[in-house]
Amino acid sequence: MTMAANLARRLIGNRSTQILGADSSSGAATSVARAFCSSSTPITATLFPGDGIGPEIAESVKKVFTTAGVPIEWEEHYVGTEIDPRTQSFLTWDSLESVRRNKVGLKGPMATPIGKGHRSLNLTLRKELNLYANVRPCYSLPGYKTRYDDVDLITIRENTEGEYSGLEHQVVRGVVESLKIITRQASLRVAEYAFLYAKTHGRERVSAIHKANIMQKTDGLFLKCCREVAEKYPEITYEEVVIDNCCMMLVKNPALFDVLVMPNLYGDIISDLCAGLVGGLGLTPSCNIGEDGVALAEAVHGSAPDIAGKNLANPTALLLSGVMMLRHLKLNEQAEQIHSAIINTIAEGKYRTADLGGSSTTTEFTKAICDHL
Amino acid sequence: MVRRSASILSRLLANPSSPFTAPSRSITYMPRPGDGAPRIVTLIPGDGIGPLVTGAVEQVMEAMHAPVHFERYEVRGNMRKVPEEVIESVKRNKVCLKGGLATPVGGGVSSLNMQLRKELDIFASLVNCINVPGLVTRHENVDIVVIRENTEGEYSGLEHEVVPGVVESLKVITKFCSERIARYAFEYAYLNNRKKVTAVHKANIMKLADGLFLESCREVAKNYSGITYNEIIVDNCCMQLVAKPEQFDVMVTPNLYGNLIANTAAGIAGGTGVMPGGNVGAEHAIFEQGASAGNVGNDKIVEQKKANPVALLLSSAMMLRHLRFPTFADRLETAVKQVIQEGKCRTKDLGGDCTTQEVVDAVIAALE
Repeated sequence: MTMAANLARRLIGNRSTQILGADSSSGAATSVARAFCSSSTPITATLFPGDGIGPEIAESVKKVFTTAGVPIEWEEHYVGTEIDPRTQSFLTWDSLESVRRNKVGLKGPMATPIGKGHRSLNLTLRKELNLYANVRPCYSLPGYKTRYDDVDLITIRENTEGEYSGLEHQVVRGVVESLKIITRQASLRVAEYAFLYAKTHGRERVSAIHKANIMQKTDGLFLKCCREVAEKYPEITYEEVVIDNCCMMLVKNPALFDVLVMPNLYGDIISDLCAGLVGGLGLTPSCNIGEDGVALAEAVHGSAPDIAGKNLANPTALLLSGVMMLRHLKLNEQAEQIHSAIINTIAEGKYRTADLGGSSTTTEFTKAICDHL
Repeated sequence: MVRRSASILSRLLANPSSPFTAPSRSITYMPRPGDGAPRIVTLIPGDGIGPLVTGAVEQVMEAMHAPVHFERYEVRGNMRKVPEEVIESVKRNKVCLKGGLATPVGGGVSSLNMQLRKELDIFASLVNCINVPGLVTRHENVDIVVIRENTEGEYSGLEHEVVPGVVESLKVITKFCSERIARYAFEYAYLNNRKKVTAVHKANIMKLADGLFLESCREVAKNYSGITYNEIIVDNCCMQLVAKPEQFDVMVTPNLYGNLIANTAAGIAGGTGVMPGGNVGAEHAIFEQGASAGNVGNDKIVEQKKANPVALLLSSAMMLRHLRFPTFADRLETAVKQVIQEGKCRTKDLGGDCTTQEVVDAVIAALE
């Protein structure tokens, strides 16, 4: 914690977090520290370019951010070629330490090598950094026409437990059991984040998605936690929607939803469904929130090894994730600038990469965005 | 019967631009002596809009003089368990038609739908999600049959609290049930001239459970060389359904994913108010609205009596085929599709403003 933060804390007293209205984790104090830093002191953020098209789109992000004058200094880390014994995966201990130190990161697509004896890269990141919420805003990009024009929702998914606990066993031959775990602590944590997010971003409604009519105790516990948190935010409407109704309403009329909060499996499916509504994973930003205010924004698409190195990749997903990261850091002005530049470039339609139906290269597209800044 | 077929044929020939296509199934079949005797079908009206829509079916059946006789049993969603007499009745009649049964959220009452399915071992749930001509939706060329395993998986109902604040739920997958549903899916595809079967799973995360499901599907696929088989992860599947639904044909899934996929596919094809479906086991069959979203409706719809009876009417046509009365099934389907095509009488979920009764009257008028 920097000296500025300590001074601020002592001056305003312990109520500093409440006054500044940020979230209850100590990430608030760190943001205070940043706000107190002059703009000449850059913020260090970890960057994982990733594999495949990762490096190209990471370049693109760096260029756009420099042109926009964002005070961020990137600390680049690559996935190693050997298994690090401290992390049991190809991600080195230093990379993880770097994220823990900087509190923010941006991650490109990583391809987990096939094989045994190591954890998947995403799983390592999630467990080591305790990333408990995955936030994905999905909105229709004006100018890029899909079958749905009025999508504007955010999915917040619990990221640590639920059906993805990985606890399975074979009872007898031919009979397998898989455990789905829901705890009060994790559900409260993600519900708190969801309502806080809704409040800070001016959203009016939070819907909890569940299947508590069948899975009464597990999803019932999740709902109970959501209700408890909802009581603390009376200005935000809270509703509960059964997942089959939710799926149907999403494909018929996505404008009905605002912020969605759900356990792990439903979150996975619904967030991908919503990504499909607005144009696919190549355009979807995503951000993982961890304890202590850690935020790791990432591009959720794959590493596309077939177009790697050919300057054809679409950097939109990573750019929009970078914008989410900036908003988390409260650099809202630059975030808006970059966001509008991206939207306008796509809306104009002159420079679009191949996956959006155009023929520009990555560099041309990046240049067009920089011109729009 | 010959007279009726002749009249249908002459109408089609006279009006080649007739929007609804000729029934794809052969109308002529050899009735055996006694086939015309009325069959008894258990009827469970259910909760919410259930009584409305099952009432609609009864009216239409009567207007058609269909040889079906309903034995009605009242079951409410908040009962502890399905009454013995109802189970007995279904076992006796082998066929049941039901409206939705509400399962109270977090209520401590186990789902009656699940109970029925487990008791009668009704292991396959089928929803045919297909664009209805005349109903404009965002997606065209949708013709997906979702076959969902109905007895185990995430809906086993085995939950317990480990310590206060930590709850576990067991998802059980067995080779026996997975094989059964895979065999059913491939046989369905074979008998109905379907070209592709897709298995939906999440085996990259749930390696043992969904891995077992996939293994069973792969084994069964070997016996059907004429049918293409592929696998898709459930989140990618939902994305593809929304973007390119025409790539899917028959989908076979475990319990929970099937629920989501069926509702999503029904939504893109026009809504769960129009999709027919049924649940079938080795010996019994229960017909109800295809996908489960909205099958109980909300209080407003019940009050205003504006529930959509189309799904249950089309499911009862499936039931008539199951009972071996194909001509009645064809007449019913043609009438319902004509009413939707004309667009004059549609309920709220299809963009109109009619009540259930008005739709029923229109269907009866369209029967011939």
